[in-house]
Amino acid sequence: MNRILHHPGDDLLVAYAAGSLDEGLSLMVATHLALCPECRSRVAAAEAMGGALVADMAPAPMADDALDALLARLDEPEPAPPPPARPRPAYDARTRAVVPEPLRSYLSASLDTLPWRSMGPFVRSVELPVSGAKARLFRIKPGAAMPQHSHNGMEYTLVLAGGFSDEVGSFARGDVACADQTLLHQPVADPGEPCLCLAVTDAPLRFTGVVPRLMQPFFGI
Amino acid sequence: MTVTRTDTVDTIDARALLLAIGRDRDKAAFAALFAYYAPRLKSYMRKLGADDAAAEEVAQEALLAIWRKAHLYDPAKAAASTWIFAVARNMRIDLIRRERRPELDPDDPALVPDADPRADDQVGARQREALVREAIRQLPPEQAEVVRLSFYEEKPHAEIAEVLQLPLGTVKSRLRLAFRKVRMALGDDVE
Repeated sequence: MNRILHHPGDDLLVAYAAGSLDEGLSLMVATHLALCPECRSRVAAAEAMGGALVADMAPAPMADDALDALLARLDEPEPAPPPPARPRPAYDARTRAVVPEPLRSYLSASLDTLPWRSMGPFVRSVELPVSGAKARLFRIKPGAAMPQHSHNGMEYTLVLAGGFSDEVGSFARGDVACADQTLLHQPVADPGEPCLCLAVTDAPLRFTGVVPRLMQPFFGI
Repeated sequence: MTVTRTDTVDTIDARALLLAIGRDRDKAAFAALFAYYAPRLKSYMRKLGADDAAAEEVAQEALLAIWRKAHLYDPAKAAASTWIFAVARNMRIDLIRRERRPELDPDDPALVPDADPRADDQVGARQREALVREAIRQLPPEQAEVVRLSFYEEKPHAEIAEVLQLPLGTVKSRLRLAFRKVRMALGDDVE
């Protein structure tokens, strides 16, 4: 396992611990946590802050009958857990090894049989069912460049396999790249195996080259 | 003043109560935990913008979930207040936002295990609780404010910066400083 060099910022980890991230960003952070014991420890510290804040809250009185109402429900049978939102496919060994939970359960099939959409000759993507920010898997051919683009909002990219480099640095499995609207960048996939990554954006990308701009409606991104 | 059974208490041994609930289905322990935590969880939900009825409902359902899950509480892993906070946080996402919260699966073979597992011990988890509370109390006011807003405002830090009329970088650096102090108090490696 390579050492992870690029982590989500403290603001993102604290927001995840506080429960204020939307589903897409939570998915990105939680999947990073599966690969990063260091950030797990940070989230544990942030949750301890949440626990301390709640324990120190000024109490707001409950209704007079609140405890009795609840005591009456304690012996009720526990409701059956809700069925999973989607049927769980049987993932192949590579998918189980490369894609940790919770991301794996968002895939409708194993990596090789996902409904990939072609975004030109080098890039394929598949959109994941999340509320809030848009979450997509990208698969980029080794050595290929993504179209140069900037963002209206924030874009977070978690590398799952292979790697890529851009103006900021090099990113490998477990690394999180974070780009805001001030960054104009052109990621290039590392040679070797294809780069597989999870990208979460809270606003559409803005492509800056002439051709990509024309292709933008076609890509639908 | 009317004294009701839900009048708040100032201090409890939440860890002992959770263990008694998990082990013995102890309803007296549950009532004691309720007296302390239900009004505080309700207060927390109010801070997050829920109206009185919704805040009360989330507090009630969180306490019911705590009753049902108490056998899963592992005092070696987390302070009682941390565990209770996490249950209530997830209940709010479920009931108010009606979203799923993606969480890692500790039994997933693809999970990268801790390189150097911390010696889990119960005293450690209990001390952590006190250390974090003390560290938060000692934060400079401007850092404490950003920490509180991070938990009480369901907003990205960019919007918190707008509320405080501060540059986003200032908000993030205050949070980073505060978080660093809390982690230092916990004895985490802070580079």
